[in-house]
Amino acid sequence: MILVKGGRVMNPASGTDALADVLIDGERIAKIGAGIAAPDAEILNAAGLIVAPGFIDLHCHLREPGQEISETIETGTRAAACGGFTAVCCMPNTQPVNDNAAVTRSIVERAVASSSVRVWPIGAASIGSKGEALAEIAGMQDAGIVAVSDDGRPIATAKLMRQVMEYCDSLGLPVIDHCEDTSLAAGGVMREGPRSIRLGLKGIPAASESICVGRDVELAALTGARLHIAHLSTRASLDHVRAARANGLAVTCEVTPHHFTLIDEDVVYDTNFKMNPPLASRDDREALLEGIADGGVDAIATDHAPHHPASKDVEFDSAPFGITGFDTALALGLSELVHTKHISLMRLVELFTTGPARVLGIERKLAVGAPADITIFSTEAKWTFRAAESASRSRNTPFDGREFRGAPMATIVGGRVVFRRAASANA
Amino acid sequence: MAVSVTAKSVMQRPRHLLGIESLTAEQITFFLDQAKPFQEFQRHPLKKLATLRGKTVALAFFEPSTRTRISFATAAARLGADTMNLQAESSSLKKGESLIDTVWTLEAMRPDGIVIRHSASGAPDFIARRLEIPVMNAGDGTHEHPTQALLDALTIRDRKGRLENLRVTILGDLLHSRVARSNIHLLSRFGAQFTLCGPAMWLPKELECLAPNIRRVAQIEKALEGADVVMVLRVQSERIHEPPISMDDYILRYQLTPARLRYAEPDAIVLHPGPIIRGLEIDPAVADGPQSCILEQVTNGLAVRMALLFHLVSGAPPDAPHPAKETPA
Repeated sequence: MILVKGGRVMNPASGTDALADVLIDGERIAKIGAGIAAPDAEILNAAGLIVAPGFIDLHCHLREPGQEISETIETGTRAAACGGFTAVCCMPNTQPVNDNAAVTRSIVERAVASSSVRVWPIGAASIGSKGEALAEIAGMQDAGIVAVSDDGRPIATAKLMRQVMEYCDSLGLPVIDHCEDTSLAAGGVMREGPRSIRLGLKGIPAASESICVGRDVELAALTGARLHIAHLSTRASLDHVRAARANGLAVTCEVTPHHFTLIDEDVVYDTNFKMNPPLASRDDREALLEGIADGGVDAIATDHAPHHPASKDVEFDSAPFGITGFDTALALGLSELVHTKHISLMRLVELFTTGPARVLGIERKLAVGAPADITIFSTEAKWTFRAAESASRSRNTPFDGREFRGAPMATIVGGRVVFRRAASANA
Repeated sequence: MAVSVTAKSVMQRPRHLLGIESLTAEQITFFLDQAKPFQEFQRHPLKKLATLRGKTVALAFFEPSTRTRISFATAAARLGADTMNLQAESSSLKKGESLIDTVWTLEAMRPDGIVIRHSASGAPDFIARRLEIPVMNAGDGTHEHPTQALLDALTIRDRKGRLENLRVTILGDLLHSRVARSNIHLLSRFGAQFTLCGPAMWLPKELECLAPNIRRVAQIEKALEGADVVMVLRVQSERIHEPPISMDDYILRYQLTPARLRYAEPDAIVLHPGPIIRGLEIDPAVADGPQSCILEQVTNGLAVRMALLFHLVSGAPPDAPHPAKETPA
């Protein structure tokens, strides 16, 4: 038994926010209340800390199978645990692509053997994510996928997207789309705008995202499917999502910490500023902050995309897109959103818990009998992020050396403490 | 603004030349002034100095180049330096070696400076952060071509007698031109007003954010009105990312002809970074006419690059005696 003692328990599902103890017995929560006595329990002192339902990351790349030089399920989920996540959804762009039940099963088995947190695979929508024929979606569903996406290789034709939506709707799976009109974006390496002109880097116009979001929203109206927009980055895209929801459609979206923190003007010739979608304009970031505050945005997702230095540490044009994100997601949320008074602490917890859970169609709460997936964090602990100390196998982050106020302190998955910040750690 | 006139201000000599954007007007003027004696020197019967004797300059041209590579090689030779050459056609690049591995290999042969041309914008910046030796940008992608802007400025200053407050019209593919970017950064330090003209796809509005006083004009005659300096850009068939317009259309609307040049000031000068394609972006009558500075630009390129190599590779203090003012070795 573990007794999480004296913390401020925040439960967005019920809106409760009060000092309480949480008693964990085995894999589940046994009791929540003030002054719980459990003489046999291991005490986890949470005084001054926030005790929240376990954080869910809807969007990450664990690189296994196939690109273990950049990350493995073991190293990636260890980094996720250090970031306060208790469950992560891994995208199917592995080698081979997770487009059939055998690959899904192998990921689930590797996770059982080596993962620190729950791994919820996302299956490919099309075979090989080639955008041609439907993947073995029902088979993958039985093997454990929680959603479908051709992340990174957006489905080019409306026809196939319609079929994916119709089929997934019948199976009860959400469809996640990385929205990008690749004909408009082709060859681009950062957001098109004054900064791309100055740096002489080929631009990706903002419209390349919102055109595709608009198409998908129309198809969601046509099919009634649950549509989730991955790493939404522009005002126009968010307007499409808001309009869809106003029309009663089941359309949701996520925003990454780097998109609510940085803008295109921050880009320098450092490939840790190269990601897709690229860092957006100042006005687009403002729109994301508005959406995060008013509910237009459903979830914060990291898009943790580890890359080995051999591929990432090259000239800008040649580098792959993407940065790591587990280590800094919560701290960026606290620094950029809560401490700046854009949103309440409860809203931030929601964006990491009930928000992503709603996208997946599941519940997320601290309740007696519920699985003991718990994220404990401090809003005040001062620390400096050192990429070299990350549990991830990769180091590609623009936030190396950044000073933060607020940090994950302990992560509990199914009653097991998978991460505890050392008292002296780098504070 | 209170400025102390008693203490002699000490100019910071840049360690690398990665672009014009990071240079001050004072640093630009310094390089131009230092190039001046090297202009005279090109007319000397014995064109060899001992200034950089024993020094080696690596010329790393990852992108094909004729004039810039020869110009840097000649500038180094006339200063007495040895060069090592890496050319785009060379085998290590074809074998898939990364940029940084190639550059580290060159560095291991202990050159005293490296000149780099690369198709990726920011490649010189990328290697400069990883090398101990001075890095000189000989053109990176669609970013900057700083020595071209310096030699253009030297040419303009000679012909117009000044760099200040010029009206400059730039014609052609502005979007993909590193020459245009470097020239805009340089001349805007001296108060230039720019008019940019070319096909709409090569003339995005964001270009106006590069510097103050930039406007875009669609019609070439209007764009040339009142110009003191006309820069014609090369139509870069090898670097076109966007579908190019029909060459016949280009000639029809944007070729610099004698009739169109008459819209500019009578004493306007015409610059072109080369290589020129006669009959495409420029009418031969203009290229060979009295207002054209095209061959002067080439000669001035040598002078500018000698000044650059002298100051960045020799490590001499900014106020060191000028080598071209002494007797050649």
